[in-house]
Amino acid sequence: MAISEVTVKNAELLAIDQINAAGGVLGKQIVPVVEDGQSDWPTFAEKSQKLISVDKVAVVFGGWTSASRKAMLPVYESNKALLFYPVQYEGLEASPYIYYMGATTNQQIVPALDYLKAQGKTKLFLVGSDYVFPKTANKEIKAYAKANGIDIVGEEYTPLGATEYGTIINKITAAKPTAVFNTLNGDSNVAFFKQMRSAGVTPQQLPVLSVSVAEQEVQGIGADVVAGDLVSWNYYQTTNTPESVAFVKAYQAKYGADKVVDDPMEAAFTGVHLWALAVAKAGTTAVEAVKAAMAGLTYQAPEGLVTVDGENHHITKTARIGLISPSGQINEVANSGGPIKPDPFLKTYPWAVGLS
Amino acid sequence: MHVALAQLVTGLSISAVLLLIALGLTFTFGQMRVINMAHGEFIMAGAYTAYMLQGPLGHQSLLVALPAAFVVAGAIGLVLERLLIRRLYGRPLDTLLVTWGVSLLLQQLARDLFGAPNVEVRAPTWLNGAVHVAGITIGANRLFIMAIVAVSVTAIWLYLTRSPQGRRTRAVVENRQLAACTGIATTTVDQRTFFIGSGLAGVAGVGITLLGSVGPTLGSNYLIDAFLVVVVGGLGQLRGAVLAAIGLGLLRAYVEYWSHASIARVVVFLVIVAFLQARPQGLFVLKTRSLQ
Amino acid sequence: MSLLLRGPRVAPGRSRRWWLGFGLAMVLLLVVAPVALSAFRLGLLSKYLCFAIVALGIDVAWGYGGMLTLGQGVFFGIGGYAMAMYMKLHQAGAGHLPDFMTWSGVSKLPLIWKPFRYAWVALPAAVLVPVALAVGLGYLIFRQRVRGAYFAILTQALAAAFAIWLVGEQGLTGGTNGLTNFHELLGFNLSDPANQRSLYFVVAGTLLGLFLLARALIQSRYGRLLVAVRDGEDRVRFLGYNPLVVKTLAFAFSAALAGLAGALFVPVVGIISPTLVDVVPSLELLIGVAVGGRGTLYGAIIGAVAVNWAKTGLSEHFASGWLYFQGALFVLVIVYAPGGMVGLWRKGRDAVVGRRTTRPTRTTRTERPEPVSARTVELTSAP
Repeated sequence: MAISEVTVKNAELLAIDQINAAGGVLGKQIVPVVEDGQSDWPTFAEKSQKLISVDKVAVVFGGWTSASRKAMLPVYESNKALLFYPVQYEGLEASPYIYYMGATTNQQIVPALDYLKAQGKTKLFLVGSDYVFPKTANKEIKAYAKANGIDIVGEEYTPLGATEYGTIINKITAAKPTAVFNTLNGDSNVAFFKQMRSAGVTPQQLPVLSVSVAEQEVQGIGADVVAGDLVSWNYYQTTNTPESVAFVKAYQAKYGADKVVDDPMEAAFTGVHLWALAVAKAGTTAVEAVKAAMAGLTYQAPEGLVTVDGENHHITKTARIGLISPSGQINEVANSGGPIKPDPFLKTYPWAVGLS
Repeated sequence: MHVALAQLVTGLSISAVLLLIALGLTFTFGQMRVINMAHGEFIMAGAYTAYMLQGPLGHQSLLVALPAAFVVAGAIGLVLERLLIRRLYGRPLDTLLVTWGVSLLLQQLARDLFGAPNVEVRAPTWLNGAVHVAGITIGANRLFIMAIVAVSVTAIWLYLTRSPQGRRTRAVVENRQLAACTGIATTTVDQRTFFIGSGLAGVAGVGITLLGSVGPTLGSNYLIDAFLVVVVGGLGQLRGAVLAAIGLGLLRAYVEYWSHASIARVVVFLVIVAFLQARPQGLFVLKTRSLQ
Repeated sequence: MSLLLRGPRVAPGRSRRWWLGFGLAMVLLLVVAPVALSAFRLGLLSKYLCFAIVALGIDVAWGYGGMLTLGQGVFFGIGGYAMAMYMKLHQAGAGHLPDFMTWSGVSKLPLIWKPFRYAWVALPAAVLVPVALAVGLGYLIFRQRVRGAYFAILTQALAAAFAIWLVGEQGLTGGTNGLTNFHELLGFNLSDPANQRSLYFVVAGTLLGLFLLARALIQSRYGRLLVAVRDGEDRVRFLGYNPLVVKTLAFAFSAALAGLAGALFVPVVGIISPTLVDVVPSLELLIGVAVGGRGTLYGAIIGAVAVNWAKTGLSEHFASGWLYFQGALFVLVIVYAPGGMVGLWRKGRDAVVGRRTTRPTRTTRTERPEPVSARTVELTSAP
């Protein structure tokens, strides 16, 4: 996973460069201090503590897995420091010291389920890595399914980093679903998709909808292997807004013309800009003042207009369902029509009662 | 019935990969008492060889990659043996730690050379298909891997039983001192064994590119399971390794089918501890009156 | 156990010098460090000292007993989880579930959690459960004379299986997240720097106490027997001792230390997770012992602290450098300096003073070489 973390860091550094080039914030240049969490949750907490108490940073951007965020959360809460977290996650959290730049459930998973339902895919098989995000997401999916007449014909988890999917694919073909909902993480996706194809399962017969496979991951799996499968995110490199075009251009100018950008990178990029805007508005980097300035703040991000929710610290996001093309790019096939208000605890969904 | 059959194929496919990796381990372990934690990185070297070759050679490169990976991984193994391991003969536990250090170095080297992200190795089109037999579907790539394993095992068997070099290898496995006394150059035999063992890991690496991701940590995922095959099969025992790999592969496949992947790993471990109660030295033991 | 009580006498001069060194270490740990280090660095040192406690146990099992255990993470983890379960339950309050259970869809407190509501269950359990597991496992493994590499591989597989199981049972163990977000322990607020400082003294004091205990163990007749088993298990058996008991005891002692360290680690660092239980941290601790000097107790402690200090320092300055450094350290130390820092120091001292070292084998040889006269009799037509 160190892989994807690097690209997120690069996107953040790009945003910092842009802000500094435009004069910085409060007349000062932003100086980044980079620390590596080494994909190890306790290290994330330790490095956070170091950034806050030794480097005395104004804000921290980072974290990757849900576990890394859960490990860092107490550090930020007890030090009253700010963290911007760039990745979509399973919801059911709203820390007063964390800003969530990625999608919560109702901005990614629920729209994906709506899409599958509209396509008549009423028998789902759930495959996920054995950790918090897939388990919580699947709990929500099952509640949704119950209320919407969808059958869950199977639910399987594999250890993180698992490479053998023969058994699960046998279970899938035996259960005869009409779509697979995939919450596998990282490398496991490569093994899963390759072995699906070798078992003769094509996207035409049985589409797989993934929520952790973005452009970066498609490169590792091989575009020809996953072409024709579905994903759900809030941003693709192909998203056609002026800000997106500029973002892709700036990123490739800095890191190489063959580099791709994806959703978590865009969210991380947006996070840095939002923080700079809030500091400019507050006139200080003091945490409480920045928090007050963040509430209701808007920013024209590559994914479209985002608005910060002052209460739950998430941002509004447009949901987009994408189809993976043989070129490795992802093309949007449906979207939510506009930004969706974040609802991390799914309070506005009657079927979700009792989940949190 | 149909599912049981499909799982049989899955299990054998797991076994095949395990066996290919364990073959090299069982001989380096059996003959030299070297616990090679860097064996996983030979697998990785094989996989990256396949990746490097597909650029200039295109899609059919996999067939070239098999012998190439054998040579590349074997050569890395040989260098490791010459530089470090031969200094440690007689200190088996120390080889474990040293080779683990080597494995860290090689992983980081791969990260710096090829980048941290996974790379894609495309299979030739004729491996993308599937074969339908008795109502179940078998991926062509799984059949291909099983074929590689069958060929490798046969080759090793012929080498050990029919060639003079193989006879010497067996002599050293059975009794190093006595073999040395009869004039066998044990260091040459050791080098050859290490070359072949590492080379087989490279071949396994090429096979694995058909099933999963190619990244710097590719090898470490398989290592512990392969060691268990060695322990169950008995040191330096070809038939032991074959039976143990098949047994563990099938056990994992069936337990996973009836429960879950995580449970399967735990069950396999418990079964092995129980098994060692009955046969502490593995399925096949070299009969000897020496004091261990 | 009269075995444990009587030990060989040590020359008075050496003993005096030893106590001087120990006193110096005490001053360094209990006076200099707390004054010289910032709260953040002192917190890190507490963490290293927890690892040093594990390293002390590893050294008894591996350095003196020749059992290369790659599964200390399991015992460390059990200790840590026992402590964390108590803290979670205490924090949730009577009748409430810990936070992670709510989001994992668990509605009733699992049976195994219930006793951990009480500190007097959780704290002893942190040590006794690892001991029980080590005794059971050690008995099964050593009884069949499974040893050396086999033992290493089995403990390694145990660590891997345990970590996977922890991750899989999310409702019971918190899954990959592990258990985190603790506020207080026995009524003390953990985010208060003063309490973190007191915690440091608890950890440092525990380490010093355990060090004396381990030293007494090693200097007793039992310690001599342990070294004898390491160097020639069969000979010890022929002399009428039972190596099974000797080895199991050392393994259990190392497990107890690891469990205790795990229990201390949780309030210090604020998290226990499956990544701390897996094979890699166990191996990292081994390298600490090897770098410091296996077969000398203080070497293990110095090594564990030094290696972890280097890890933090290097990873703060150049992240990928750490892996190269760690790999190279492993290779260089084991191949060229099997006695570790202590061994090098002794060699250097002896070279300067120009006298012959008095204890060469004890620090450099931890394994028997291949049997010199393996008399193989019949030979199945091998493969």
